[in-house]
Amino acid sequence: MTIKIDVDMTKCQHYGQCVFEAPNIFRLNNDDKLEYTAEADDSERANVEAAIDVCPMQAIFIVD
Amino acid sequence: MTKPVVIVGASMGGLRVAEALRRFGYAGPITAIGDEPYAPYNRPPLSKEVLAKEVSHEAVAFAQRPATEDVNWVLGTRVVSADVDHKTVTDSNGETHAYSALIAATGLRPKRLQVPNGELAGRHAVRTLDDAIGLRAALVPGARVVILGAGFIGCEVAATARKLGCEVTVVAPGAHPIVRPLGVELAKEIQRRHEAEGVRFLMKTTITDLIGTARVEGVQLDSGEQLDCDVLVEAIGSHANTEWLEGTDIDIADGILTDNAMRAIRTDGTVHEDVFAIGDVAKFANPIFDEVARRVEHWNIPTDTAKRVGQVLGAKLNSAENWPSVLDEQFAPVPSFWSDQFEMHILAFGLLALADDIKLIAGEIEGDCVFGYYRAGTMVGVCGIGLRSTVQSYRAAIGSLAS
Repeated sequence: MTIKIDVDMTKCQHYGQCVFEAPNIFRLNNDDKLEYTAEADDSERANVEAAIDVCPMQAIFIVD
Repeated sequence: MTKPVVIVGASMGGLRVAEALRRFGYAGPITAIGDEPYAPYNRPPLSKEVLAKEVSHEAVAFAQRPATEDVNWVLGTRVVSADVDHKTVTDSNGETHAYSALIAATGLRPKRLQVPNGELAGRHAVRTLDDAIGLRAALVPGARVVILGAGFIGCEVAATARKLGCEVTVVAPGAHPIVRPLGVELAKEIQRRHEAEGVRFLMKTTITDLIGTARVEGVQLDSGEQLDCDVLVEAIGSHANTEWLEGTDIDIADGILTDNAMRAIRTDGTVHEDVFAIGDVAKFANPIFDEVARRVEHWNIPTDTAKRVGQVLGAKLNSAENWPSVLDEQFAPVPSFWSDQFEMHILAFGLLALADDIKLIAGEIEGDCVFGYYRAGTMVGVCGIGLRSTVQSYRAAIGSLAS
């Protein structure tokens, strides 16, 4: 099982709060912009849900 | 019938604690009672980008998960009292709700200006969605906006109002905006950047009265000066919503005092096993810093304290064998916040206000920069304009102070 992750980049303000909750999925690049892995093993679901919770812009979604 | 877990407060903390209880295995009934008419929504955008657009509940509502679909949301209803001996709370309709465990998530409300001629239209605060809807309608181009208070909210509203074409004056008693947590050097720079965008600051000044008959038309300053004013925004801090716990044995001196498991503490120092507090209203010692109990009004606190209660109460209600070890775990959330003002993206971790020494540690003050905040030589906070990766790189060190 895999999960698909979507970030609404029109909302994302690159605060990077998600990076601490799901470091395997989210990171800030050298320009301090968010990058993420759009597909991951289901074992990442809890981390991604925690990232969804802490996103100040509520811009992260799991696409089921 | 099984008595529900009752959550008082239906904002982010209330939602997150309901989710956390489910995640930690509690399958029984949950009732959440909130005084606003809205399902839980995201507050930070209310002073920032939402204020610059059309404000609506849909724009800020939190997505809700299947696990909390069966939560009984009692909205538009204020809890007015609690009886912790008989384990009930009573709401403004006179209805009594029995609970198995009580979670206080009542948050804060804005302090308001107290002046003789105060009964006027045109006064605004920034806390709720309805506040933001009312303020948004008033921020029309050319409006003369006076903002009382130069903290984060005051500065965010100043930037947003200016971008919307208002004439903006900030009036505040301090020497510089946001100076208490940030320190003089960074505060002066933030003031400089606001002034470059056309925001006027009248510092070391306060408002002694309002001018007008039905609406605010001006403000009287303690300097003797008067300012024309169409819109007054009061951003002068907040009160913890604890009045509903008056008459109980809980310590509610400036917030609800809790232990490290977020359990409410009585005035005699003993712990309530089934009363918890989370979010802005909770006052607890964070092992990262020291043993001083504080209220912390930062973004991550409702979510982190909700998780802690989910873990503790979930284990207790399930009579889990690991219950004692769950209690012994150390809860030490790293405070985290951000602020957007014009082109400044400010990000911070830790408790900056504890610092006795502040140093520029990366970048340049006129551009992107990072400051370190130290107490007795140990970093207790970090704050930057831009340079988010650099700011983030210090978070782990601050968090590790707890161990």
